[in-house]
Amino acid sequence: MKSDSMRLDHKVILDIVEPGSRVLDLGCGDGSLLQLLVTEKNARAQGIEFADSQIYKCVARGVSVFHGDIDTGLSEYPDQSFDYIILNQSLQEVVKVDFVLNEALRVGQKVVVGFSNFAYYKARMDIFFKGKAPVTESLPNQWYATPNLHFLSIRDFEDYCAHKNVRILAKYYLGDDTIIHFLPNLRALNAIFVISK
Amino acid sequence: MKKKGIGIVETCYFSFAQPPDELVLESGQKLGPITLAYETYGTLDKNRTNAILVLHAFSGDAHAAGYHKGDEKPGWWDDMIGPEKALDTDKFFVICSNVIGGCKGSTGPSSANPETGEPYALDFPVITIADMVNAQTHLIDYLGINKLFCVIGGSMGGMQVLQWVAVYPDRICSAIPIATALKHSPQQIAFNEVGRQAVMADPAWNHGHYYGKSRPERGLAIARMIGHITFMSDKSMEEKFSRKLKDKDYSYRFQTDFEVEGYLKYKGDSFVRRFDANSYLYITKAIDYFDLSGPKLIPTGKNIEVRFLVIAFQSDWLYPPYQSQEIVRQLKMRHIDATYMEIQSTYGHDAFLLEVQQETMLIRHFLNRISCENETTDLYEI
Repeated sequence: MKSDSMRLDHKVILDIVEPGSRVLDLGCGDGSLLQLLVTEKNARAQGIEFADSQIYKCVARGVSVFHGDIDTGLSEYPDQSFDYIILNQSLQEVVKVDFVLNEALRVGQKVVVGFSNFAYYKARMDIFFKGKAPVTESLPNQWYATPNLHFLSIRDFEDYCAHKNVRILAKYYLGDDTIIHFLPNLRALNAIFVISK
Repeated sequence: MKKKGIGIVETCYFSFAQPPDELVLESGQKLGPITLAYETYGTLDKNRTNAILVLHAFSGDAHAAGYHKGDEKPGWWDDMIGPEKALDTDKFFVICSNVIGGCKGSTGPSSANPETGEPYALDFPVITIADMVNAQTHLIDYLGINKLFCVIGGSMGGMQVLQWVAVYPDRICSAIPIATALKHSPQQIAFNEVGRQAVMADPAWNHGHYYGKSRPERGLAIARMIGHITFMSDKSMEEKFSRKLKDKDYSYRFQTDFEVEGYLKYKGDSFVRRFDANSYLYITKAIDYFDLSGPKLIPTGKNIEVRFLVIAFQSDWLYPPYQSQEIVRQLKMRHIDATYMEIQSTYGHDAFLLEVQQETMLIRHFLNRISCENETTDLYEI
């Protein structure tokens, strides 16, 4: 289930990114999305990743990766030096959300943010009926094991963008293996936003 | 399963810069003739595009891999060079040469000064990392190689890698600087200066004129002992020695009580048998002068096509990871493709010689994706 939804993530992002773009993937994990962007979109793509074990996987895939912490910023990158900054399933894990997003918006023309929707109906049911922290397909970990530091819904992110004067260029709502159009904040497992300053 | 090695190897010698065509050094002084000791492993392909230049660290030499006839120990990076190893000699032609200023076959202060027939001693001109690399280009030309597939080295070897990038970016396809820095920090200079002072404080040093007499062994050994402390980490020393004693009890004398003391003494004593004290002075000075910080690494307005793998080690406090990150920072600012990894290791600076498995994983995969075209293969055909 998880891998299907991950593949859908990647498919959506691949469709967003124009061929030949310069892309920086923040929290690029094992580099699988980067590899797709390079092979499918001829992107000049690189990543930043914190976990040692993932760096070896990135190098094995032949993608460029910097072993570092995105919470410390992107000071080495000039303003607007990338066409796209990707924060797919990584924004929830950073300490300084505001700072990281501002850095991403400074360095990239467009920022692609993908996150798990905390207001998905099964998550709501876990809280409402069971009185427990939700565990869903897109939030698969127990409260004590989750890498996420922040939990947000689609509506939360829209409010954030409105509050911070961030432009929303496009939104995609992802179900298990299809795009959701109706009642996304209730029915989508994941969301992908394209934003800019 | 132990990987097969490359067997018996021999050191070769190449001489150039015969007067009046001496090599002009960074200081403006001239040096010539110059001999470089070098070794090669593997086979140069028809297009001459598979050559990798290995640059050695402070006390290294041209003997990077394989065995010299009769030797029990292989070259200093034998774990990394050979069939199916990080630098795969089934695919690559690997070259390693001893730096100028050294004492392992290349021209240095212990070589004969052609003007006097005696060892140069302190009449040897002060050399820099740039001079070492300029000398290497003569060897690469002589071997008929226009463009190197990769330049790789750790510590001072990494500085030479960066020097190649700064001055000859069109002659390299990829660069792997390991556990190194764009410039020596005051702390690094300070350790080198203490080492130099230890050598020069030894009465036997005699202002460099000790050849054929008793050598400044105590001074050089102390310098090396200090060096070895900086190559390890607090943790690796705890793991290796803890407070273990040589004998059952304290001697209550100023003798070697602790194992760590014995280790340093052994390292110091064995170093003086294989290294020249004046070379110690010259090479440490070259390292201290090295500075490619800021825009010096890549001249403003210059676009380079070199791909980078930059490696640092977590417990390395002599060349801390922040210095490697600074290299990557300079590259990123210029939109140059780079991969950076900080390998978890407790070995300190020594890790670049010891963390073979991790380095191999990174380097093999990295080299796999490099394509190196040699556009000007006919350059040396007249």
